[in-house]
Amino acid sequence: MNPSLAVIFLTLFSGAGFGLMAMVALVNDFAIDGGLSPLRTTILVALALLLVTIGMMSSTAHLANPKNAWRAFTRWRTSWLAREGVFAVLFYPVAMAYLGWVFFTNTDRNDGALVLGSAAALIGLVTIFCQGMIYACLRTIRQWHTPLVPANFYALGLALGMTILAASQMVVHGPDLILASTACALLVAAGVMKAIYYFWIGAPSGTTLQTATGFTRGPVRLLDQGHTFGTFLTHEFSNCISPARARNFKIAVYGLGFVAPTAILLAAAHMTLGLGVLLAPVLAFIGIGLERYLFFVEAQHVVNLYHGRMPGSLPHMHPALRGGTVRPAVAGKPRLVPSYEKH
Amino acid sequence: MRLGLVIDLDTCVGCHACATACKQWNTSSITAPLTDYDPYGKEPSGVWFNRIRHYEIGDYPNNKTVNFPMSCMHCENAECVTVCPTGASYKRPEDGIVLVDQDKCMGCNYCSWACPYGARELDRESGTMKKCTLCVDRIYDETLPVEDRQPACVLACPAHARLFGDLDDPESVTSRAVRERGGYGLMPELNYNPTNHYLPPRIRPAIPTSDLPRGSLARKVKEWVNRVIER
Repeated sequence: MNPSLAVIFLTLFSGAGFGLMAMVALVNDFAIDGGLSPLRTTILVALALLLVTIGMMSSTAHLANPKNAWRAFTRWRTSWLAREGVFAVLFYPVAMAYLGWVFFTNTDRNDGALVLGSAAALIGLVTIFCQGMIYACLRTIRQWHTPLVPANFYALGLALGMTILAASQMVVHGPDLILASTACALLVAAGVMKAIYYFWIGAPSGTTLQTATGFTRGPVRLLDQGHTFGTFLTHEFSNCISPARARNFKIAVYGLGFVAPTAILLAAAHMTLGLGVLLAPVLAFIGIGLERYLFFVEAQHVVNLYHGRMPGSLPHMHPALRGGTVRPAVAGKPRLVPSYEKH
Repeated sequence: MRLGLVIDLDTCVGCHACATACKQWNTSSITAPLTDYDPYGKEPSGVWFNRIRHYEIGDYPNNKTVNFPMSCMHCENAECVTVCPTGASYKRPEDGIVLVDQDKCMGCNYCSWACPYGARELDRESGTMKKCTLCVDRIYDETLPVEDRQPACVLACPAHARLFGDLDDPESVTSRAVRERGGYGLMPELNYNPTNHYLPPRIRPAIPTSDLPRGSLARKVKEWVNRVIER
């Protein structure tokens, strides 16, 4: 799939925002580590709203016809994308009411704060679920059609949110074992969940060029794609990544997204790191941003089969078909026949 | 009623006439235009509702070239309609044709992700998704002669490899062809239940070449010259 920055930012930032809101509500509802101060609650909820807004704004950037975006809320009965939009918009008034309530009553320990905070957290969590189901409901993309996708979105959103919360607490108040260990536990859980996903998507799929064309009794090879240059289909679906490159990316995902933030939080739980602790959420964002890039670029749509690509195999594809720039040397060859030779 | 196409892979010669006829009709039809990008330049591309690919099945010498036209299958279980958040994609209950309301589409590409057949293409100029309409503006046009009330691709096909009809009517030309020739839908394991069906190539004995008469002297000379001057 085309790893468009708009969709990467949408899922990354809004996931972190909803995760942060859920964690703020959790810490305050159960007074974990004594709860947060009203001022800190206000700041963190405002930050959660900001993150969600960055996500939502960037999502409109991938619309080719944004003037009709308001219609995207209408088909919530059938479409997970519409449901995500409805819940994301519903999140704003409730989270803002919580923020206003805590700010004006100057306490986050009363019934109103409990109800509003929990409601905002719940709506955020439902939105993450809808966001995961946008991808998980597509039977055309094996790497996405799995319950692990919404599970990963939850694990990563909550881990990011808790990392932000713990880091913001420790940057002001110094070592805080309870919040730091909670964040570390969520990061480890998210890393394990993601590992399960990476092993799962290595499994072969049932759909092949044989079932796609109906010729199941013998080998089927592509002779000609029928187009001279890239199409919408090749632009949107033919992005891919070599296994070696994907492995390097996964090392970076784990190093930056999980190991480094966990190590920084553990260190900050025992010694005063000052502003250095903010490195934990920043690195987690970079690492999980790379994870989101991989999530898109590793996803292979079944329509690629018609262009001669078998599941699990790397495409032998002309750069022009990927919608990339074409060097003059290859632009002169209009017949884009992949690896087919006469015997 | 469940209108759709049945495509005969035995007789399709892969000439792309259906695709060009489709482009010609639909570029001034209800979802017009089908924008071209860089049409006379180095990187020609654009919106098409119908694309023909070519495959080789089997191994030499028992192999065969199959030309494979693909357009919207007007699936019974059309997930492109289910996932559309705006309601721009819809399936007509009266005849099962899947259409995109160009006034409602916001160009999010989500329906194209849900389509396993690559039937939907975004028009970058209008910012909306476009797809095969089964020439809905032709097939019901009562000002046309009855025999012309068919999709442009069907009328254009020189090999009569494309049949148009009601797949719900067991005696329609399409249903009969599917029944008699073992027509099938693509990717049945995904359960989209496509309306369009494909007729497999007929199995025929290979034409023997060993008993061909030896060529005349003139022909041998010609063949020799051809071999010598090749490349």
